[in-house]
Amino acid sequence: MSSAFASSRTSGSEIVKELAFFAVIALLMSVMILGVETVDRPTGLELAVRWDLVLIAIGSTVIGRLALIVRREGISRLVQALMITLAAVCVFEMFVRFRDMDDRWASPVVLDMAVGSFTSIVVTVCFLAIVFAIAYFSMKEKSAVVVDESTKISSKIQVAYRSNTKKIGLIGIIFFFIFPLIFGENRSAIDLATLVMIYIMLGWGLNIVVGLAGLLDLGYVAFYAVGAYSYALLSQNFDLSFWLCLPLAGIFAASFGIVLGFPVLRLRGDYLAIVTLGFGEIIRVILINWYDLTGGPDGISSIERPSFFGLAEFSRRVPEGSIGFGDLMGIEYSSMHRLIFLYYLILILALVTNFVTMRLRKLPIGRAWEALREDEIACRSLGINPTNTKLSAFAIGAMFGGFAGAFFATRQGFISPESFTFLESAVILAIVVMGGMGSQIGVVLAAVVMIGFPEMFRELAEYRMLIFGAGMVAIMLWRPRGLLSFRDPTILLNMSKKEKVAGEAK
Amino acid sequence: MDWAYFLQQLINGLTLGAIYGLIAIGYTMVYGIIGMINFAHGEIYMIGAFHSLITFLICQAAGISGILPLTLLLMLFVSMVLTSIYGWGVERVAYRPLRGSFRLAALISAIGMSIFLQNFVQISQGARVKPMQPLIEGGITMMKSANFDVQLSYMQIIIIVLTFVLMVVFSTLIAKTSLGRAQRACEQDRTMAGLLGVNVDRTISTTFVMGAALASVAGMMVTLYYGVIDFYIGFLAGVKAFTAAVLGGIGSLPGAMLGGLLIGLIEAFWSGYLTIEYKDVATFGILVLVLIFRPWGLLGKPEVEKV
Repeated sequence: MSSAFASSRTSGSEIVKELAFFAVIALLMSVMILGVETVDRPTGLELAVRWDLVLIAIGSTVIGRLALIVRREGISRLVQALMITLAAVCVFEMFVRFRDMDDRWASPVVLDMAVGSFTSIVVTVCFLAIVFAIAYFSMKEKSAVVVDESTKISSKIQVAYRSNTKKIGLIGIIFFFIFPLIFGENRSAIDLATLVMIYIMLGWGLNIVVGLAGLLDLGYVAFYAVGAYSYALLSQNFDLSFWLCLPLAGIFAASFGIVLGFPVLRLRGDYLAIVTLGFGEIIRVILINWYDLTGGPDGISSIERPSFFGLAEFSRRVPEGSIGFGDLMGIEYSSMHRLIFLYYLILILALVTNFVTMRLRKLPIGRAWEALREDEIACRSLGINPTNTKLSAFAIGAMFGGFAGAFFATRQGFISPESFTFLESAVILAIVVMGGMGSQIGVVLAAVVMIGFPEMFRELAEYRMLIFGAGMVAIMLWRPRGLLSFRDPTILLNMSKKEKVAGEAK
Repeated sequence: MDWAYFLQQLINGLTLGAIYGLIAIGYTMVYGIIGMINFAHGEIYMIGAFHSLITFLICQAAGISGILPLTLLLMLFVSMVLTSIYGWGVERVAYRPLRGSFRLAALISAIGMSIFLQNFVQISQGARVKPMQPLIEGGITMMKSANFDVQLSYMQIIIIVLTFVLMVVFSTLIAKTSLGRAQRACEQDRTMAGLLGVNVDRTISTTFVMGAALASVAGMMVTLYYGVIDFYIGFLAGVKAFTAAVLGGIGSLPGAMLGGLLIGLIEAFWSGYLTIEYKDVATFGILVLVLIFRPWGLLGKPEVEKV
């Protein structure tokens, strides 16, 4: 909104009209999907009316709209923040009522909580305070000067971030390395960190395809699946060890990438997206239906766990002819050893992915990827073969997906087509795009936000994906180019890196 | 060759294709006008199906479900109106702020919206499959052969006729009215259209509303035809309809319909003569072939690359 309109305030009747319009919209949107519940009865479907949900939906829409109007009119951000808090309370109330509310006339749960026991009052107040604080500090006063200052601050952060990328990366790596030392006894913490690390690795792998080469791949999970199944099948049918299968899984996935990529990489943008999506689904359909090989929907179970580089086993009962990890190291057996080992394994795999990507960026091929992303026609006229260049990005990205898949299979011990749905592809792509395409640290940040946070709130299982989807939209609206969004070529003509940073900060 | 069996598959395929075609129109119009894949369109179709199911249940509770034409009209009308508001809302919330921004941002926002809507319906209506009793039964036996009767059910007739009528109405709308002109103008050059007095925001909103209305009709027909819906039907139908739109040439209205019919026929014949499990593989296989040899689709115009 430009400041030219700041002085022209909307009249009261116009505001009422606007609010009434949005109230009607909210009513129409919620009247059936929220207001009527279809209940399964032995005689067929029956209806249960939930008028309270419709009321709350209308209420929160009107309050939210009012917050926007207040913001537009440049009224103090205290009022804005209060409005947003109120709307958040309404939404919360709605969620609570979804779950177990037989009595539609019951008083609002929020009120019950607020007048309940001491702890519930404290919890409610804290919740409100947090929401209010977030709303208050994320709002900008509508004044040109302040806006300027805030952009200045954010560009300062950018400069600080960009001139210290290496330091931040190093701190991150050290943190992830000492993580098990801090949380060594906490099983769920290690599990969660391992899961986040898998997604970081997948994100880095896909970053080569999407971030560097600019190819929109909606079927990355196919390569993940190929890696997982090739390890599972090789180890079950040919009794090969994890350490032999890991490179094989990568090679299989990469050759899959080449086979799939060859016909489709001539397509542009969205066509490529839909074809890769199609391939992802094809792989899944084949996995489900090729019962003899893949076990169909039942998947493959009891996949062999990795050994300590072939030297020792992690299981309690060590098979004949090999020794346990505890005996090898001279420490007592603990079931945590394997988990921590798996954590370090995926950490190193992820770091290898990162390292290779960073080096590839500086090679001619990496330069060609970035150039192709920026301008395909110019590249062609300079003699770069677009198909081969894209194919190499596709294959290398697929290879890392395959590694991650093999790791996934050995960590879970069980795989089924369920794990390789389109949603996974969407999540990985979202991590890459939200991180800021091409930004390696951004991927880490996005993976922690997207995977770490939802996993922590497992109790909200029903609402997890709902909040996840809404969060994807919200982050995109807030920062369309991703959380850490700098996507510039690694080199520019006649410009040292320092100058460039300084130049863009202005 | 058994002609009766062939004819039956042809009828089934056309019915299925009509449904895909209606959804595909929404994709193709949105893509034509703002150049993005409206990933949440499949969910809009799913919401349309739920709206028509709930309208039917309300009619049943009100005791007017005995009057079949009235019930059907109410289902059609209510579902179209309420679902188009979802289309409008999705554009307003998730796409409009990102218009003119970075391309992938809109796509991610659309995927997020799709996940959100899917889970929203799952939570509010439950995850279980919703059955619906058949409203329109019976049909015409078209041909009798030794071991097989070709059935053309009334439901199939209604689906094909309704789709045809809607197609004619919407094509006229695009070709003849000022709204259609505004849409075509925005498709060619949004800035220029805006400068010449076309309300671009409103035109784009209308496009979403129209697409959602057609998708809701498709949702209603699926509810009536198959008799079961759940919150997950939007994804696969959406992907196939998008495939249909690309196959027909994205941006072209008759192309979307043709693509939808072809996808429906491929699916029906593949499941009829080959394996039913791999029908989705066949659909995508055809898509890949078309894109390799004719990337602009069957009825689309080849894009000229400008430097």
